[in-house]
Amino acid sequence: MKKLRSNFLRGLLFVFALLMALAFLAPTVLTVVNSFMTEEEISANYGVIFGTGETVTDKQGNTRPATQYMAKRVNLKLIPDKVSFEQYTTVLLKSPEYLLKLWNSIILTVPIVIFQVLIAAFASYSFARFRGKLKSAIFFAYVVLMLMPYQVTLVPNYLVSDWLGILDTRWAIILPAIFAPFSVYLLTRYMRRIPSSYIEAAKLDGAGEWQIFTKVALPLCQGALYSVAILVFIDYWNMVEQPLILLSDSEMHPLSVFLSEINAGEVGLAFAVAVIYMVPPILLFLYGEEYLEDGITYSGGIKG
Amino acid sequence: MEQAKGRKKRRREKQHHEKRSWSERLTSVGYLLPSVVGVLVFFVLPFLVVIAYAFTNNSVQMDFVGFDNFKSVLSNSAFRLAAKNTAIFSAMAVPLAVALALLLAVLLDTKIPGKSQFRTIFLSPMMVPVASIVLLWQVLFHYNGAVNEFLSFFGVEKIDWLKSDYNRYVVLLLFLWKNLGYNMILFLAALSNVPTELVEMATLEGAGSIRTFFTIKLRYISPTVLFVTILSLINSFKIFREVYLLTGNYPYDGLYLLQHYMNNMFRNLDYQKLSTAALLMAAVMAVVIGLLFLVENRYGKDIDEE
Repeated sequence: MKKLRSNFLRGLLFVFALLMALAFLAPTVLTVVNSFMTEEEISANYGVIFGTGETVTDKQGNTRPATQYMAKRVNLKLIPDKVSFEQYTTVLLKSPEYLLKLWNSIILTVPIVIFQVLIAAFASYSFARFRGKLKSAIFFAYVVLMLMPYQVTLVPNYLVSDWLGILDTRWAIILPAIFAPFSVYLLTRYMRRIPSSYIEAAKLDGAGEWQIFTKVALPLCQGALYSVAILVFIDYWNMVEQPLILLSDSEMHPLSVFLSEINAGEVGLAFAVAVIYMVPPILLFLYGEEYLEDGITYSGGIKG
Repeated sequence: MEQAKGRKKRRREKQHHEKRSWSERLTSVGYLLPSVVGVLVFFVLPFLVVIAYAFTNNSVQMDFVGFDNFKSVLSNSAFRLAAKNTAIFSAMAVPLAVALALLLAVLLDTKIPGKSQFRTIFLSPMMVPVASIVLLWQVLFHYNGAVNEFLSFFGVEKIDWLKSDYNRYVVLLLFLWKNLGYNMILFLAALSNVPTELVEMATLEGAGSIRTFFTIKLRYISPTVLFVTILSLINSFKIFREVYLLTGNYPYDGLYLLQHYMNNMFRNLDYQKLSTAALLMAAVMAVVIGLLFLVENRYGKDIDEE
């Protein structure tokens, strides 16, 4: 009897989890499905929302909506009327601007991720292994700084870029981002979990400081380094505020900004661009999902 | 148990560190240096200028005016509205993001089929570009959008979600959708590190699963709870990105955030007001973090002494 009840309960939990999962997945699925629709179908489905209300006057002098046909209601369809790659060919082949913006995203994000994580790896090791009053104070300052919304550091950012003469260049975005304290905070959390016995053992074996760092600490935190890199990547891959303020030349804007500016007439394209834009984060995820779960891998199986 | 021993050992070693060798000192300082120099140049030094701006009349004359800027900002109705909205949003979003993620983690921690698939699905929103999320939310919550369409089946009148007092909740939903997954993953990892012996012992002694959760598991994962709280706080400020793309520079009242205020001051070149607001926000954040750290210390000690 008791077993029956617990089975029932478990079934109920499963159904609940399933419903939650569907709700979580729906927006992503919609984006992908919509990217395979023709422009006409998109404007028909979403005309009531994104329709500009523009009208065209034909030769006979009759006015009709600019869009060919438009459903009276918004239409969320999970299966396109006709699967089409039209949007993708437009994005990838016909309009080079999208690829250019994608490239902009890459050359902004990749250096930020690499150098932020690299500098943070050193700093967090120092924070985790050697402690002191001054260190704690600095660490506290880092945490406060990390919590500041971008708008608080906006003026400092702008001023420094101006002094250094890098305003309106990519450096204005890359340099401050490299020193953002976010990864330092995250990595310190993981570095602190390295058992000091490991370090002592390495010392007894005659390892120098550099060897302890590269041969003991870094390999142990490999997972953490990777998961922090994913988080930083996703954050800057989606940046919007920084380019708008620091790069007046919209030619240099990343796709994340451009995507938000795609206007109502190009909603169909927006979905295809979104799917393309999702590919790099998805690849990173597939490659390292288990790292995200728990950043640290102890070869010895020590927990806690 | 092992953890407690480890902690004590670490404490003993801490005393050892009093006499560090020169190579250790070099490592301690040298490894930190690049980061500290960068932070000083790009954040701290310019922040001193921000402080200077906050206490002067304008960026050209730079006459000291005491707390005048603070008085005028604090009495400004736009700033007050923005501060109130930001506080309300974070106060709703952070506890919910922590509690719901913990609930999901506990759910997935049971022997449920398809665990890893669920994990992936809950993480999937992280991959969707911000601009596309915004697009989808428009499709859903526009006056003519899908949610209203759906509700109309039940005879509910159309609601202008983004231009009414509901707008806060629409964004809250977006925030949770986006952030629950990662928070949940962190909790799952922490839960899997709770020593099984402890849980088994409690079960043998007749404690129900709910009681074991509150008396053992929750206390064990308390550092993670604080960590997730801090992350959620950061993310609750980052939601400005979505709000901005969704509603522009001047959204309907409930979503006019501090970031809007500062953004608009920046565009008006009113660096004094912007700096003052930034300074106020920084001060409040320092207090909040200080409190969180205090709590963390308390809890950490709690487990140590067991």
